[in-house]
Amino acid sequence: MSATSSQTAGPYWHLIDFPAWADLLRAGGPNAGIAGERITLVGRITDGDGAPCPDALVEIWQADPEGRYDAAFHGFGRCATDAAGGFRFTTLKPGPVRGQGNSFQAPHVALSIFARGLLQQLVTRLYFAEEPLNEQDPILASVPPARRGTLIARPEDAGTWRLDIRLQGDDETVFLEV
Amino acid sequence: MSFRPPAPGTQPPYDAPAYGSTHKRHPKQALLRIGQTLTETSAPRMTEALYPAAANLAKGPGWEAQGERIIVAGRVLDEDGRPLVGAMVEVWQANAAGRYNHERDTHDAPLDANFKGEGRVFTDAEGWYRYTTIRPGAYPWRNHANAWRPVHIHYSLFGQGFAQRLITQMYFPGDPLLPLDPIFNCIPDAAARNRLVAAFDLDVTQPDHALGYRFDIVLRGRDATPMENTP
Ligand SMILES: [Fe+3]
Repeated sequence: MSATSSQTAGPYWHLIDFPAWADLLRAGGPNAGIAGERITLVGRITDGDGAPCPDALVEIWQADPEGRYDAAFHGFGRCATDAAGGFRFTTLKPGPVRGQGNSFQAPHVALSIFARGLLQQLVTRLYFAEEPLNEQDPILASVPPARRGTLIARPEDAGTWRLDIRLQGDDETVFLEV
Repeated sequence: MSFRPPAPGTQPPYDAPAYGSTHKRHPKQALLRIGQTLTETSAPRMTEALYPAAANLAKGPGWEAQGERIIVAGRVLDEDGRPLVGAMVEVWQANAAGRYNHERDTHDAPLDANFKGEGRVFTDAEGWYRYTTIRPGAYPWRNHANAWRPVHIHYSLFGQGFAQRLITQMYFPGDPLLPLDPIFNCIPDAAARNRLVAAFDLDVTQPDHALGYRFDIVLRGRDATPMENTP
């Protein structure tokens, strides 16, 4: 028995979009009242011509502020890109996640991107600039230094981090086979 | 614990020239293969309490959609045949006339005010899911001259790991558009491709009510090889 084949989400996947899901801290949501550093993650998805992808589905999966996936925090969000290809999530900053042996991975958020023209999702990670653990993160270390920056979100306004995603071309984002 | 890579030929490429939208959207650099970590082997717990189920797309209080009512049922398993229990299955589709309830769908087929085309169900203790809907219509798209999508229902699934996340499409048996469809035919392995076609099933069919179709979904199985840090 082999795994079912992937197919594109197409341009009309918004029937399963619930804009509230992009705010992981929404009132009445699964994480209301959980303590941590509130952050906003923003970015813009562009194609090989630098044109925005206005019909993409972005999902995040992340650990809680203590780096746990199995605690109360529900680290899942979904966001539709807007006309400019932009996405925006409100969440708590994840903590370092346990890696191989006694090591820790730098704080990161996993992203899945689905869209018309993507026959299967693209997976990448968002890391945070200036995070000391970035220096020893095994996945960041395996990325050629010239491309490493495509995985590192930069601070904008207070509490806002930006990671733009280029599907193709100059400065193409590093996508992961997981 | 980690998930096995998919079998060769069972997954579509990112660059599929016959499907025009892939042209500017596929990465040109090779994907970076990473060893799975807790991030890839864990997954959100999608529960009915957080994401309410909606198992009947065809009928609700005071309304009933136009078209041929059908029931779709199947099991969600992993590659080792283990059922996924409580897995969230989201579906979306065009109406009986081949029109999505979506502002960007400009096909001039009629909208049905009683058909939203979105459902959400959870698998039971044996991995079974089931929903009632309307058989969708084929619809035109602009990929090539006289291009029509075969009749299909879109599926979105969450397994027990981020690496199992799957979005796919279910097709209908005997559809003459299947051999012409670049999205269906981009899957290199013919057997894998044909597993996206549901089977008419008399056991799922309900007398005097609706035809039934069976569509099983398989998510990636677990690697037998223990992780390096397993004692
Ligand atoms: Fe469709």
